[in-house]
Amino acid sequence: MIEDRSLLLSLLQDIQEKKGYLPEEELIETSKRLGVPLIDLYSVATFYKSFSLRPKGKHRITVCLGTACHVRGGVRIADEIGRRLGIKPGETTPDRNFSLEVVNCLGCCAIGPIMVIDGKYYGGVTTTKAVSTLKQWGK
Amino acid sequence: MKTMIGEEETEKIRTSGELEIFRMRLVDSASSRTPRIVISSGTCGQARGSTEVVESFQRAIKKHDLQNKIATRVSGCGGFCETEPNAVIYPEGVFYQKLSPDDAEEIISETVLNGRIVDRLLYVDPNTGQKFVHESEIPFYKKQMRLLLASNLLIEPTSIQDYLSIGGYRTFFKVLRDLTPEQVIEEIKRSGLRGRGGAGFPTGMKWDLCRRARDSIKYVICNADEGDPGAYMDRSLLEGNPHSVIEGMMIGAYAIGASEGFIYVRSEYPLAVKHSKIAIEDARKHGLLGEDIAASGFRFDIRIAIGAGAFVCGEETALIASIEGKRGTPRQRPPFPVEKGLWGRPTNINNVETWANVPLILARGADWYSKIGTERSKGTKIFSLVGKIKNTGLCEVPMGTTLREMIYDIGGGVPDGKKFKAVQIGGPSGGCIPSELLDLPIDYESLTGAGSIMGSGGIIVLDEKTCVVDLVLYYISFLEDESCGKCVSCREGLHRMREILVDISEGRGKAEDIKVLEEVATVVKDASFCGLGQTAPNPVVSTLRYFRDEYLAHIRDRKCPAKVCRALIQYSIVEGNCTGCGACRNICPQKAISGEPKQIHLIDRALCIKCGVCLDTCKFDAIEVS
Repeated sequence: MIEDRSLLLSLLQDIQEKKGYLPEEELIETSKRLGVPLIDLYSVATFYKSFSLRPKGKHRITVCLGTACHVRGGVRIADEIGRRLGIKPGETTPDRNFSLEVVNCLGCCAIGPIMVIDGKYYGGVTTTKAVSTLKQWGK
Repeated sequence: MKTMIGEEETEKIRTSGELEIFRMRLVDSASSRTPRIVISSGTCGQARGSTEVVESFQRAIKKHDLQNKIATRVSGCGGFCETEPNAVIYPEGVFYQKLSPDDAEEIISETVLNGRIVDRLLYVDPNTGQKFVHESEIPFYKKQMRLLLASNLLIEPTSIQDYLSIGGYRTFFKVLRDLTPEQVIEEIKRSGLRGRGGAGFPTGMKWDLCRRARDSIKYVICNADEGDPGAYMDRSLLEGNPHSVIEGMMIGAYAIGASEGFIYVRSEYPLAVKHSKIAIEDARKHGLLGEDIAASGFRFDIRIAIGAGAFVCGEETALIASIEGKRGTPRQRPPFPVEKGLWGRPTNINNVETWANVPLILARGADWYSKIGTERSKGTKIFSLVGKIKNTGLCEVPMGTTLREMIYDIGGGVPDGKKFKAVQIGGPSGGCIPSELLDLPIDYESLTGAGSIMGSGGIIVLDEKTCVVDLVLYYISFLEDESCGKCVSCREGLHRMREILVDISEGRGKAEDIKVLEEVATVVKDASFCGLGQTAPNPVVSTLRYFRDEYLAHIRDRKCPAKVCRALIQYSIVEGNCTGCGACRNICPQKAISGEPKQIHLIDRALCIKCGVCLDTCKFDAIEVS
């Protein structure tokens, strides 16, 4: 017998995917639906990295900082993109156009450093390449 | 034998006889002798454009009207990621690397139609310059024992027919027909299989404990929360051959007496999620999952739980909490999950690679399996060779293979003429192993003896340009970030360790820092109750053991020997090399570089933030880090 609570993560994942974040009213709705207190939802939503309580930008940039990407200069790439966009990892530009995230390993270590923009993977990224790629995306 | 599901007619397979009939038909219709172009298309292949290469091959096949003569196969990862996108042309086994969509036409017209080799697309050994035509001759593959990975190239992961055609699910039927659950467990015990997820617990013993637990409901779980940065063998197996994992889980569930299973997979692996979903669906359609499997009364089904980005969920009690819809915080053990796991029921958790080994062992026997490897570590292990290495990729070797064989014979050594420094094995919980220990045979015990752990098998190769302090700071920051925060020792201890490491890397290190680091490391190790905390100090402890001098150089001399730590380095322009092209001046975000065209440029150190963009941009080696 599967308890309802086990659906919590997948429900939150659905909302996150559809809306790009977890809006308060959706959390209240989910809390009622599962009979799980809202504070528990908040606890789960803030524990896992893939959930966000704030809206994300139109374009989502992810820089991999797994070990293989780290030793090949991933941090410099994340820094440079952040500097160009004027935001830190985890933040969104005020015009809501770009969000920057860093992730701990995408498992594509062979072609690191990796950057992903809206699901498109870029391998072997250098700071120069990151800057020119950003320009293609309108920044 | 036939039932209708919706519009689609699907054949249920209920006996091993029916399975054989089904399989024979598949082999007849898609004979292995049929010429085929296999394009490796795992996540990294796709990231390098394999999807476009596949489309281009398909267009070229159509253009030359070869649809009945040659087919494409979009396989999972073949493991040689460095050469992707790559393609193997069968039956000859010609291997082409680093393809672009434009190459497809030439391969079809030259190799497929005229049997000629396209020389420029062949793999060239980076050390000897020798070119290789056939996949089987390439040194990277030659030294491996690819019991698990080889199947990835034989099938399309989204096709259950492909898996059946290479003998898939045959072992499960054999087990169900010929062996009692106790005999299955005995066989796994005799094989010597140990968990591939980290700690190396004997799999057969775990199954036995779970079987003996008294409860009417039990669960099996496949741990695909491969969070160790630098390790991706589980992704490759689940993406490339999901049915082998499912078959392993079915056999395990039968042995243990479980009727429900979960695959807990990270959300960072969308392709693995997709392929496992398709595989489960197809297995259900063919009656391999669900009620009354193989008309034996055995009932088993699998659901997928997707992780939400928490490294600690690889720990089994945290993983269980996560499936239950809670925060992924570990709990005290005992009781172990084999007694009280998911929803308080006995639960057997194994890692992806462990599950994938199960059908192999039962197909070929424990005697065969236990001959591979060392005395206490049996079978093969897949390692990911990443970092500063020429042939990046996955290598599967018998346990007991030395690091030297893996790094030099298979990996081809360190690129760009740099000197090998160390390897970091076992992820953030592992340790560094220096060049003096290159001849160490790799198995669970030898790694523990050297101050590291097997972990999931990530091998990160470091060269002289990798700073040990910077790497350790990276790991400790990672672990601090991923610590669930439940134990004070882990939460605060890692925070304190990071502060000290930041000080050292920024030139504020004090003589007593090393002693304090060691003390805190001991407390974190002794006073945390899950694997994350207990092993978190490993990177610090092992590097202090082998690379203490490098710490001292940062502390005493305020120097970073590898020239990585930003506060301790400076960028300058090499006058002899600078052509005055202005590329660095144009890209510098700080406007710290000045100079007239065709004149030697200059970096203003007061403005320079050491971002390294100029270094990446300069084509004339005119930027120097000192």
